Amino acid sequence: MKQRVEIVKRILDSNEQLARQNREKLDAHKVFCINLMASPGAGKTSFILQTINRLPKHICLGVIEGDTAPVTIDSDKIMQAGMPVMQINTGGECHLDANMVGLALEELDLRVLDLLLIENVGNLICPAAFALGNHANVLIASIPEGDDKPYKYPNIYRNLDVLIINKTDLLPYIEFRMDYFQQGVEMLNPGLLTFPVSSKTGEGFEGWINWVEEKVHQIRR
Amino acid sequence: MHELAVTESILEIVLDSARKNQASAVTDITLTIGSLSSIVDDCVQFYWDHISQGTICQNAKLHFKRVMASLKCLDCGKVYSLIEELTPCPSCGSINLNIITGEEFQVDHIEITTEETGKHETTS
Repeated sequence: MKQRVEIVKRILDSNEQLARQNREKLDAHKVFCINLMASPGAGKTSFILQTINRLPKHICLGVIEGDTAPVTIDSDKIMQAGMPVMQINTGGECHLDANMVGLALEELDLRVLDLLLIENVGNLICPAAFALGNHANVLIASIPEGDDKPYKYPNIYRNLDVLIINKTDLLPYIEFRMDYFQQGVEMLNPGLLTFPVSSKTGEGFEGWINWVEEKVHQIRR
Repeated sequence: MHELAVTESILEIVLDSARKNQASAVTDITLTIGSLSSIVDDCVQFYWDHISQGTICQNAKLHFKRVMASLKCLDCGKVYSLIEELTPCPSCGSINLNIITGEEFQVDHIEITTEETGKHETTS
């Protein structure tokens, strides 16, 4: 016979459960974890390298690098900067998920870390749907991408804690209506904490670094 | 773009629920998807036809209950739907908004057949 069964369950529920486990693990080790999302070419790796340079040396930082292909260009740069890095090859998948991050967490020595940066796969759609267990979601938007991105990719702007606007050094050369861009952001995520920066010149990094320091300090309290 | 992972999760949820309800087959699956979720129905259907093969979900029909994005203006109270692009309040132009619907992303219910007869129940 035929029967209707009510379910009403979020489709990515099992990923969210794994994300909660990752979060518990990070909390237990008092490691503040940031999920860095961006489109390809927004400058995620340069941003991480500037962050490494500018963070006080007493903060021990690790990086999880998400890449769709087994190319270690990004991880090599982080390793050269002297930081522990774990690369996840997603095998063509367009995003990291909680399971992949959980496996990477097992490989990192969380006891010695204060801060963990996860460089998600360059993509403005898929990473927004998959919780990883991190404490903060940060999006790196960049000037050359154009000012219409919040309107075209609303989802990724919805659950952000911090927005970075990178490559501000290119503002004189590119038509980018900052008001229009920020209006889109404001509609989706009112009052979102925003730091305009240039990873090339280092301009604007003080605010971001202070925010990270404060978060690391809070979790260790 | 992440439809395969999404479809695998749908299959997992449906199989789990079907097992708990002693289903012999799953005939229909209804999903509620808000228009702000970046999911392409045809793409989910394509993956579904492949990954459901050999399971009791094989040949089950997927129904997509789409929910349009609606916003409420926090200044004038106007509620409006987003047809295309994100826009400020059409009444007062405010960008002080609340997204009310459009972010739904869930398996709503399934229809199953069971071997048992004379019994009809709805399980949560």
